[in-house]
Amino acid sequence: MALTGMDIFKQLPKTNCGDCGIPTCLAFAMKLAAGGASLEQCPHVSEEAKALLSEASAPPMRGVTIGEGEYALKIGEELVMHRHEKTFFNPPGLALLVEDTEDGAAVDAKLAALKEATYERVGQTMRADLVAVKNSSGDANTFSDMVKKVMAGIPYPLVLMADAAAIDAAMSAAGPAKPLLYAATADNLDAMAELAKKYGAPLAVKPASLNELAELTTKLNGMGLKDLVIDMGTRTLKETFQNLVFTRRLALKKKQRPFGYPTITFPAEETADDMMETVHAAVYTIKYGGIMVLKDLSPEKAYALYVLRQNIYTDPQRPMQVDQGVYPINNPTEDSPFLITTNFSLTYFIVSSEVEGSKMPAWLGIVDVDGLSTLTAWAAGKFVPERIAAFVNKSDILDKIKHKTVVIPGYVAQISGELEEELQGWKIVVGPREAADIPAFLKSFQPVTA
Amino acid sequence: MAIQAPTESYTGKIRELILGSDTQVAVGGENTLPFYGFEGNIPNGPKIAMEVFDTEPVGWADELQAVIGDVWGDPVAWAKKCESEFGADMICLQLAGTDPNGANRSPEEAVATVNAVVDAVKIPVIIYGSGNADKDSEVLKAVAEATQGKNVVIGPAVEDNYKSVAAAAMGFNAKVAGETPIDVNMAKQLNILMSNLGVPVESILVDPSTGALGYGLEYCFSVNERIKLAALTQNDNMLQSPTISNLGKEVWKAKEAKITQAEAPQWGDQKKRGIIWETLTAISVMMAGADLLIMRHPESVKLIKQTVAELMA
Repeated sequence: MALTGMDIFKQLPKTNCGDCGIPTCLAFAMKLAAGGASLEQCPHVSEEAKALLSEASAPPMRGVTIGEGEYALKIGEELVMHRHEKTFFNPPGLALLVEDTEDGAAVDAKLAALKEATYERVGQTMRADLVAVKNSSGDANTFSDMVKKVMAGIPYPLVLMADAAAIDAAMSAAGPAKPLLYAATADNLDAMAELAKKYGAPLAVKPASLNELAELTTKLNGMGLKDLVIDMGTRTLKETFQNLVFTRRLALKKKQRPFGYPTITFPAEETADDMMETVHAAVYTIKYGGIMVLKDLSPEKAYALYVLRQNIYTDPQRPMQVDQGVYPINNPTEDSPFLITTNFSLTYFIVSSEVEGSKMPAWLGIVDVDGLSTLTAWAAGKFVPERIAAFVNKSDILDKIKHKTVVIPGYVAQISGELEEELQGWKIVVGPREAADIPAFLKSFQPVTA
Repeated sequence: MAIQAPTESYTGKIRELILGSDTQVAVGGENTLPFYGFEGNIPNGPKIAMEVFDTEPVGWADELQAVIGDVWGDPVAWAKKCESEFGADMICLQLAGTDPNGANRSPEEAVATVNAVVDAVKIPVIIYGSGNADKDSEVLKAVAEATQGKNVVIGPAVEDNYKSVAAAAMGFNAKVAGETPIDVNMAKQLNILMSNLGVPVESILVDPSTGALGYGLEYCFSVNERIKLAALTQNDNMLQSPTISNLGKEVWKAKEAKITQAEAPQWGDQKKRGIIWETLTAISVMMAGADLLIMRHPESVKLIKQTVAELMA
């Protein structure tokens, strides 16, 4: 059972030394109780107290890492039910399902396409995370061969879906590092637990009910297995969604340790329709899925899911930013207008898509203001004449255009006079306040060429 | 140990609004978070209004042309197709043609189109102006007067024109959608201002603005979610209006939804790409709490209807 902040406080040195980074022991205790700090931050806590508190101070949902090295995936460690309360931390994994009954050449093609479907957006790399290999053939050798084939084809960590004997066979023949072993049930618990121990691998648990889940995870914990992932076993959107809400609540709000693990879901087994499979994965991305296993991660589906995941897991307190610089849109020339705005990613996306949509060529200058929107950045003293002038002077815009006219957002019209003084020789034009009016503005606007 | 299902209960409830006259459709009415049917009552579930434009669209994606290109020059035929073929719960007539920066149609012309559409379908009609605050107050007043008795929704009422739009709705018994830019307090404030003018809260829908997938969706998601949490857990009367999301027009502006396969081969099948972009945007706003979705592509509508059916099974 979870301890209160006061329970924890009693065990701390009460010296208020601040070495943990928090000014008082009481404040630190409260933070620990809320799951916002870790006991290791206190260098002075006694071993006794540590043992007593470690259970209570562990995060309410364990973080589980699948695979090793560059491509390892960490899921879990979530602290809130709704992203605005703090943030969602570890983006869920998207896994491609490969069955060992599939044609070898088709699998090669699928893996090549999956690897190829890697994208950049707002400075982040977006791609799939895992491949789930399923022993549909029922034959251990066929499974082993497919695992080898997948490992040769792609460096992503694996989910091994088979019985204990087949997994053992595949693992003993130079198997992958720390794959997720799928899955321990009431019937095979000991055999799967032994495998997870033998290979130091995380283990999926598939109970028949919430009650059984608590029994199984408690038992596995007793055997020293802590890296667990929950599959509630339901295969309809409604039931899976409900179980995701329930397990998340039991872990976070009821602080029930046996439920404090990330989850795995199987859109691939819930529908035969490729589009509905994407929809199921989207629902679980939004609410409480840790891994989504899909049959189809073609680019048009995968890219949308990656962007959705990025949106939902963006820290609400830290706006996404784009890099400062001058961006060409619609193949601009030396006579094209030069517009500037801020590096808040949303501002950038909206302004650039309006310029693009206008079909008018333009240069878009993005000023680094720590990711604030125009009006907020101006109010914070960041989107101000000195900073804008420094950006323009440092940029290579004059190698690109032969006019000296810069268009500023209508919301900061008040800085135009001062900016004109800062930017000697430039003409400052006040553009529209709203991005939606940019196309109309560009259609009638021509920079003055000297 | 016996685990009890960790259900919760809520003190508040979303108001139920009945829209339309011939075939009426109820929106809102839930007393729990979206699709939490295991702990509350969701009498209606999200409803879908399909878009019809008063002027022929220019520059729309190929896959939209393929499915509605045959009717998009004729708002009446378009609306009928949405009603009879695509299974729309409602029509959202977008009066883009009244925009002074566009075709600048007069209020009289707008009324002629509105009347023709309202008479042609039985399902409820939402009439949205072009987004130009001054022109909208003029146009929506004429629209409210002309459609009196049809129980339409007019909007968007915004900070700069809510007095005249709300007065029009009040005077001619229309419902009104108030739009504010992605902010819980502003949404609430506009609701209070309209109520103070005398608009019954039972006539107000809240449009907290929509950002498409990849274009501010995260803000729009959290604002919708926070509105529903305040309405349900804090019993905040001024946030208990059903919410509306005007998402079709945002989604289909996005490059990812409309760029051709030749231009962006890395983004995959163009025929499905736009549909998925609209569907995932709609999924997100409805999982966050939107009660009424304004959508464009019939295939996206079908997928959302299927999802709602599965979640409410």
